[in-house]
Amino acid sequence: MMGRAGLFGLAAVCVALWGAAAIAAESGDIDVGEKIFKKNCKSCHQVGANAKNRVGPQLNGLFGRQAGSVEGFRYSKSLIRAGVNGLEWHADSLSAYIEDPRVFASGTRMSFRGLKDAGERQDVLAYLRTFSDDPSNIPEADPTAEGTDHAVDPEILALEGDPEYGEYLSSECTTCHQTSGSNDGIPSITLWPEDAFVTAMHAYKDKKREHPVMQMIAGRLNNEEIAALAAYFKNLEE
Amino acid sequence: MKFNRRTFIGSAVAASTLSAPMVQAAGHGKPRVVVVGGGAGGATAARYIAKDSEGAIDVTLIEPTRTYYTCFFSNLYIGGFKTIDDIGHSYGTLASEYGINVVHDWAIGVDRDAKTVSLAGGATVPYDKLILSPGIDFVEGAVTGWDLSAQNAMPHAYKAGSQSELLKAQLMAMPEGGTYAMVAPPNPYRCPPGPYERVSMVAHYLKQNNPTAKIIVADPKPKFSKMSLFQEGWNNHYAGMIDWIGEEFGGGNVEVDPSAMTVSIDGDVTNVDVCNVIPAMKAGRIAELAGVTDGNWAPVNAADMSTKADPDVYVLGDASQQGDMPKSGFSANSQAKVCANAVRGALTGSRVFPAKFSSTCWSLIETNDGVKVGATYEATDEKIAKVDGFISATGETAEMRKATYEESEGWYAGITADMFG
Ligand SMILES: Cc1cc2nc3c(=O)[nH]c(=O)nc-3n(C[C@H](O)[C@H](O)[C@H](O)COP(=O)(O)OP(=O)(O)OC[C@H]3O[C@@H](n4cnc5c(N)ncnc54)[C@H](O)[C@@H]3O)c2cc1C
Repeated sequence: MMGRAGLFGLAAVCVALWGAAAIAAESGDIDVGEKIFKKNCKSCHQVGANAKNRVGPQLNGLFGRQAGSVEGFRYSKSLIRAGVNGLEWHADSLSAYIEDPRVFASGTRMSFRGLKDAGERQDVLAYLRTFSDDPSNIPEADPTAEGTDHAVDPEILALEGDPEYGEYLSSECTTCHQTSGSNDGIPSITLWPEDAFVTAMHAYKDKKREHPVMQMIAGRLNNEEIAALAAYFKNLEE
Repeated sequence: MKFNRRTFIGSAVAASTLSAPMVQAAGHGKPRVVVVGGGAGGATAARYIAKDSEGAIDVTLIEPTRTYYTCFFSNLYIGGFKTIDDIGHSYGTLASEYGINVVHDWAIGVDRDAKTVSLAGGATVPYDKLILSPGIDFVEGAVTGWDLSAQNAMPHAYKAGSQSELLKAQLMAMPEGGTYAMVAPPNPYRCPPGPYERVSMVAHYLKQNNPTAKIIVADPKPKFSKMSLFQEGWNNHYAGMIDWIGEEFGGGNVEVDPSAMTVSIDGDVTNVDVCNVIPAMKAGRIAELAGVTDGNWAPVNAADMSTKADPDVYVLGDASQQGDMPKSGFSANSQAKVCANAVRGALTGSRVFPAKFSSTCWSLIETNDGVKVGATYEATDEKIAKVDGFISATGETAEMRKATYEESEGWYAGITADMFG
């Protein structure tokens, strides 16, 4: 989506803003940060070569970027508003955001409980920083793995969902998950890419992801029903 | 505006409904649905029918109160985790955004031959399909010495609102080292873990404000929902404060005297400062007046929640006798959506999908110590039958319990948005 040329533009901005942001992020441990990223962030966010928007926006060129501004990603209104009102991502704002996303931006769709440990935040930001300061830092290795934790049969992923059936089935989801996309104790499930949605649901169904309610709900949905839900939720916007 | 995506799909739906046979609405304009009771079942059903039919069905919601106080989280209000306003919801959005005709009145009768509902205010409202979700009333004479006229001296607080406020005020006014008694209900009743969550919340309040006070629970049952989880929690957080007297020790042999403020349990008379009497329950009275009950509850068909007595009268939630689902807000909300889909299909020819039900009930034992129990269900010919379920385990980490509590907050926001828009 965002090619290297695009990144150069952002990099220029980043260099200008290097100062304070770098200091906080630099003191973190990049390798530890990578592990933390893999554990906490990667199921929704891609970073590095060929990073694409997934459940969350891609994170290349994050430092210095205006909040809510990655092209092609459908943000919550509250993040877009924050960006328009001048919020930029730097070490300090990012650290506050990932400490508790909901406290920082109450309407965010980022379903993440937060990293409470300041040291861990520093580490993960140090890691992300390496994808911001200069495109040459972006490893040319394999494309970042799909932001998912579970392999799903391609035939299942290819199923076309019936959004009208999905809408009916969704009423079971919306007892807990809000259609507004708000993420308040219960994750947001609107506007997900279909394959990420399907993969997540199958991970619960196959009990590869822990959560008794979701294992139970997903457990009795068949492949077509999961596809139908994915087809419905991918466009749901209030 | 809630309709933005739907207005687009809407034209297609509207086109197909025009050609659909409106069997039920023969002889008058739009088909008419009347919903009695604006709680977890009724508000959800009214909202879904109005929202999904996009004006093709006239929806009237009859509910006497202007503010609905959720019973769910009313125990958290008693424990001090919520204010009364946190659990109050108005019907404004259902009227303004969904075009529902909200009538604040009591339904006092149903004429199933004429297909009309009569209201206390004198009006008569015609229907093609009638949905009753009136919640519960109490079985007369269930607790010796108690009747509704004693509900100020000995509150039930099992319908939320002024009763919850009264119980909380009495709790706060307890003398130091005083006694709080609860008379727990026999099965089946609304919210199986509800009395025990209440005991936990009362204990939470007393531990902070009146730590030498005692809680006695007289229970006609030998065991109760999430029993091992509650007992573990009570031992961890409130050791020595709670005395649960089950069936085995005469917990079912209870008499109360509201004027003397005494409770007799298996012959032992105790003076108490607060007495929270939760009597045996039955379907809200309008279900009985409509002639769709059999005994205390209204038997329904699992596929669409229509009553066994009348295919044009549906009963949702606590009042229904449906099979395996607990009488919970989550269940009522889940049943309402199945019913709404079926009613809309019958009236406008829209697609009807197979029934799926679920319920999860969260309970708070102490700050950040939340537990849950849940199951999924399907419709069989006889009943709503349980498919699969789970329950929190004893000995879970504090982190997990905190996450469970936070989840319940999310659920509360979700279900109230699902009910009231
Ligand atoms: C202390 C407590 C805690 C609870 N906690 C939970 C929980 O955590 N999770 C959960 O899922 N459930 C919980 N519940 C259960 C839940 O509140 C009920 O199961 C749910 O409200 C049932 O929905 P309903 O539509 O059947 O009835 P209600 O929600 O009670 O709605 C009935 C409505 O009908 C109206 N009505 C009655 N008669 C008439 C009439 N004649 N005309 C017009 N209107 C009428 C009433 O005013 C009322 O508003 C709890 C209950 C209690 C008491």
